[in-house]
Amino acid sequence: MAALTEEQTLLKEQAKTWARDEAPVAKFRETRDSGTETGFDKGVWTAMGEMGWPGILIPEDQGGVAMGHLTFGVVLEELGRQLTASPLLASAGIGATAILLGGNKTQQGEWLPGLADGSRIVTLAIDEAPRHAPLQTTMEAKAKGDSFVLNGSKVHVAEGLSADAFVVATRTSGQPGSEEGLSLFLVPADQEGLSRKGLITADSRGYANLDFSNVEVPQSALLGDLDQGNSILERTLDCGRAYLAAEMLGVAAQSFDMTLDYLKNRVQFGQPIGSFQALGHRASMLYTEMEMTRSCVEAALQALDDGNEKAAELCSLSKCKAGKFLHHMSNELIQMHGGIGMTDEFDAGLYLKRARALEFALGNEAFHRDRFATLRGF
Amino acid sequence: MADNKEELEAFRGEAKAWLAENFPSSLAGQASAVLRAESVDRSNPDLDVWIDRLGEKGWGTPTWPAEYGGGGLSQLQAQIVNQEMDAIGAFNPLTITAGMGITMVGPTILEYGTEDQKKRHIPKICKGRTFWSLGYSEPNAGSDLASLQCRAEDKGDHWLLNGQKTWTSGADISDWCGVLVRTDMDVAKRDGISFIMIDMKQSEIETRPIRLIAGASPFCETFFNDAKARKDDMLGDLNAGWTVGKRLLQHERQSQTGASAGGGGGTKSSLQGIAEKYVGLDSQGKLADSDLRSRLADHMMEASSHKLTIARIVAESRGNAKVSAAASILKNAASTVTQNRAELLLEIMGHQGLGWEGDDFSAEELATVRTWLSGKAISIYGGSFEVQNNIIAKNILGLPENTQRG
Repeated sequence: MAALTEEQTLLKEQAKTWARDEAPVAKFRETRDSGTETGFDKGVWTAMGEMGWPGILIPEDQGGVAMGHLTFGVVLEELGRQLTASPLLASAGIGATAILLGGNKTQQGEWLPGLADGSRIVTLAIDEAPRHAPLQTTMEAKAKGDSFVLNGSKVHVAEGLSADAFVVATRTSGQPGSEEGLSLFLVPADQEGLSRKGLITADSRGYANLDFSNVEVPQSALLGDLDQGNSILERTLDCGRAYLAAEMLGVAAQSFDMTLDYLKNRVQFGQPIGSFQALGHRASMLYTEMEMTRSCVEAALQALDDGNEKAAELCSLSKCKAGKFLHHMSNELIQMHGGIGMTDEFDAGLYLKRARALEFALGNEAFHRDRFATLRGF
Repeated sequence: MADNKEELEAFRGEAKAWLAENFPSSLAGQASAVLRAESVDRSNPDLDVWIDRLGEKGWGTPTWPAEYGGGGLSQLQAQIVNQEMDAIGAFNPLTITAGMGITMVGPTILEYGTEDQKKRHIPKICKGRTFWSLGYSEPNAGSDLASLQCRAEDKGDHWLLNGQKTWTSGADISDWCGVLVRTDMDVAKRDGISFIMIDMKQSEIETRPIRLIAGASPFCETFFNDAKARKDDMLGDLNAGWTVGKRLLQHERQSQTGASAGGGGGTKSSLQGIAEKYVGLDSQGKLADSDLRSRLADHMMEASSHKLTIARIVAESRGNAKVSAAASILKNAASTVTQNRAELLLEIMGHQGLGWEGDDFSAEELATVRTWLSGKAISIYGGSFEVQNNIIAKNILGLPENTQRG
């Protein structure tokens, strides 16, 4: 395992400063209160595009800067600290990865440059039920002459309202639960028969439910091989999980810092409450957990950069550990702040709400414990 | 000591060759069998051969300065030696056969000792010639170590020691002991303590082994009855023992940061193997007890995150030897992981895991129960779990001290 490079450390500082000054949690609160349907501020997203962040994973010949997964994670972590809302993770992270892994030259040429500069948004439509279970995909794609006809629905699609296209996981053969028979299609959002409905959620981000009613797409919309979509899907999901874990680390780290600050400044019984062992020890244990989590998050991203054969296991480890820590940290954030933590005026609630949404995305802790055990062979 | 890639790889070649020539193959993979916590098994004469060769090369103390008998290697070179030892089942017995000499006393002497002290004590540690114990805790000074009462009086040409220590690991077999003693009764308790190194081979020192919940143990009660120490064997200044002693504890913590696989003589995969053997798999190849399966996965993840954290801290220190507050984090994580593993093993084995002795139980089962019990000490010694949390709160997080505290 390696430490962050000088370049990564500089970018981390840049992202931290930018998020704090230009896209702080107050900005997210404004977006929330304005009721913006897409769940993010257009100006914030444009600024990220100008800094080149959406192109971090994309090769230079497709308009990106090709700096790798760990670098991408470092930026996500800092944005997570301020709850900065944008399609960076869902589109420039997961959408771009699916096209990089599964797309042919034409598909890559058509979509990657727009993804790299942030002008286009592509997001993964995977879940069909409240709990993540990719192999249970039932949405049907039926061959009809030279094209495919898609019927079914996808739920809780991240950035679903703002997406220009979706990478849609479908079943072209096999039974739910089977790895065989999954196929991915790249479907433009304005395709006839595709309708979407925005959701209003606790974390105030942009999700949509999608309905596919006889959506006909040409053969050329197939991403990767027919029936063999799972290998691309699984690798895409793993990257997504590693990115989510990085964002979660940021959300948790900020929650920790806010809590520590409060412990040092809130005075009761004539002294700062952080001087009480009952709170000091909890802070120490949270800090210990945070350090362990950081190691897992960085190791998973590094493994993706290295093409390490243990990457899948490390991505599940990272998502699970980050989920476990963030869950604990977000509850302690509220508890240790006491009454003020319960008020909407204070930011703690925003972190708590975002925490659970991130935990449930692409598999909660139970999902990843199960997957980890399966990968280890028991 | 250059640490660029080519030079490190060249060094790897040298290390490999030296180990191939010098490590007795009869000891391969025998680390846990030979270096038992209760006592070192010296029945294989190759162990002494190996200690001699390793001591001569200085690689039992790889990063210590060569002028005092250490290996003079960089952290990265030392890591390579470790990796190459692992690869052939070799191990460094000195970390055990020197008692606390290598993990704690030596580094502290190198930091605080006079030139004369370094010359007299360090080479013997490097060569595996002296076994060191440590006299810190007393019956009434545990977590509140600064209230210790064992006394040293200045008798002109020597120090005269009187009092009792406890939990003195290996005192009965040690050659030397580092003792924290009170040298001034009239000042604040932390300001009247000194660190004295004393020769244990004298009749004025009595040791009594302590039997623990896991059975026989290396721990002793140690009594000083007019015991004598050389005048020039005070480490650090008079009444500066608290600083020296705390620094030594940081080295101790550092040495306790690794989680032991422990129990059932096993590696990570053996925990899995044992679970499969006792619990069985269902038709899908999953562990038959789904609740246990989930907790096992959770434990393995915690163990991985602990290992990854050690690796990250090493990587971030860029090869600099660093004894830092991070040791407290790692120590607490290590004790949690190790104790949890022992509990899981015991649970997996069920009633068979509680066998005490006799041939109704396998060696693996008998080892499991002892490891489970002795492992309870991990979160108590070297500064308890709670003391480490105090250290993290104060030194890393900068939380204020409670003004009501004594």
